Amino acid sequence: MNEVIEKLVLYFEYPFVRYAFVVVVLSALCSSLFGATLVLKRFSFIGDGLSHIAFGAIAIAAVLKLTNETVLVMPVTIVFAVLLLGMGQNTKIKGDAAIAMLSVGSLAVGYLLMNAFSTSSNIAGDVCTTLFGSTSILTISKTDLIVSVVASIIVIIIFFLTYNRIFAVTFDETFAKATGIRADFYNLLIAVVIAIIIVLAMNLVGSLLISALVIFPALSAMRVFGSFKSVIICSAVISVVCAAAGLVVSVLAGTTVGATIVVANIVVFGIFYTAGLVRR
Amino acid sequence: MSLITCRDLSLGYDGRAVVSGLSFSVEKGDYLCIVGENGSGKSTLIKTLLGLLPAVSGEITFGDNLKRFEIGYLPQQTEAQKDFPASVYEIVLSGCLNGCGFRPFYTKEQKKKSTGNMEKLGIADLAKRCYRELSGGQQQRVLLARALCATHRLLLLDEPTAGLDPNASADFYKLVSKLNLDDKITIIMISHDVATALAHASHILHIGNSKSQFFGKTDEYNKSDIGTSYICSCGGKHHERSN
Ligand SMILES: Nc1ncnc2c1ncn2[C@@H]1O[C@H](COP(=O)(O)OP(=O)(O)OP(=O)(O)O)[C@@H](O)[C@H]1O
Ligand SMILES: [Mg+2]
Repeated sequence: MNEVIEKLVLYFEYPFVRYAFVVVVLSALCSSLFGATLVLKRFSFIGDGLSHIAFGAIAIAAVLKLTNETVLVMPVTIVFAVLLLGMGQNTKIKGDAAIAMLSVGSLAVGYLLMNAFSTSSNIAGDVCTTLFGSTSILTISKTDLIVSVVASIIVIIIFFLTYNRIFAVTFDETFAKATGIRADFYNLLIAVVIAIIIVLAMNLVGSLLISALVIFPALSAMRVFGSFKSVIICSAVISVVCAAAGLVVSVLAGTTVGATIVVANIVVFGIFYTAGLVRR
Repeated sequence: MSLITCRDLSLGYDGRAVVSGLSFSVEKGDYLCIVGENGSGKSTLIKTLLGLLPAVSGEITFGDNLKRFEIGYLPQQTEAQKDFPASVYEIVLSGCLNGCGFRPFYTKEQKKKSTGNMEKLGIADLAKRCYRELSGGQQQRVLLARALCATHRLLLLDEPTAGLDPNASADFYKLVSKLNLDDKITIIMISHDVATALAHASHILHIGNSKSQFFGKTDEYNKSDIGTSYICSCGGKHHERSN
């Protein structure tokens, strides 16, 4: 036991480990706040589609040799968030099929570009890192840290200020519209915020795993709790605990960060699922 | 001045009319029941009154200082709501949002109003319960309490008793009548249950094709050709069902 603590203390003496810890916890918190809304509004497809599109955008950024990928990836992801939202709500075209096409398409294009133009000696490794997160603890610079903290604070403030309206729009869009809430604006807001969260957290857990961070805590909390507020609070706690635990385990056991966090979420889901069955 | 006046209204989707030539007015304190066959455009009328759908042609005027968002609405339930984790109190409170303006949070008065409306409808003891675990009748009361938070003047109800058992329906109708008589809330309700509609409503709007439209007092409807034939056909259906 002492050995474990010593190893942890040693690791946490490095600033980049502490930064990574802060960023992981904040990203987990942000992604869980909007998870319940995403699940309940049947918007999960946006999270999933966006993570694929972000991969494509990263590939393009890599080909263009941008030093700061986010300047390209963030706007592209936001634009596609708005597009996906429109496609998902349009009942006339086959929205779900179009979304599937778009996300698989951007995966293929991204992979193709990375292979064709990359000068890196380890392309397979690069692709893997983008999809599933880095294999070891990330080296996070102070700038990354500041960007992440500021964005997280903005997301949290947006969530608090719009909480009541997001609840109304999620529970009953028609009623909300009838009482003068601009439901379309809030749908748009939700999609844009999800895009921001995905881009923020993607470096940590990888683009394929990020939607797990959004969906799992909410699904777990909904198994047990019966009010919107308690679901939100519970999913935030689950998400933060799983992220912190996952990070610590990955440091100690040398496992990949993203996958470890997702596995922690799966374990918690299993526990809450059983608890939900017992409760009924 | 009438609360709502509709003149030569045509309603429909994407510019194609489903109903046309609708003219009627609703006075303060009226209890208007909208009846008609399936697909005749009753829900479409409600959606248009709520401003969710533009009218194809014709005009709707709100009188007596009725504001656009001062309407309480009780929609038909959607699938998503059946497993929604929300407490009764949270849902009822969300009806107050139209009074919030740009304020992000609810005021003390709004919270009091929500509690008051829950007491009025006999669901105060359910406040902390989860909506998805309630019976159909209780759920409708919750949605009615939410609608009451949005208005103190006009309620629009779209088939509120669909899926309720006869006892729960009767209770619900009684509740709505009470709101109409005691609190002077104007009611516009769609109903398939013509017998009960006739028993409670002060006015009837029958929507059909352009020849078979009727608007007037309930007793006039009873005497009219449209009324008698529709009541007969519905009465027949009821009979079949009970056999
Ligand atoms: N979103 C829509 N787009 C196009 N047409 C629609 C739409 N919704 C309904 N309609 C059509 O409008 C007509 C009227 O529908 P509406 O829902 O108003 O009927 P209703 O009188 O409420 O019927 P019911 O008694 O079954 O509830 C129907 O013929 C229907 O096919
Ligand atoms: Mg209808």
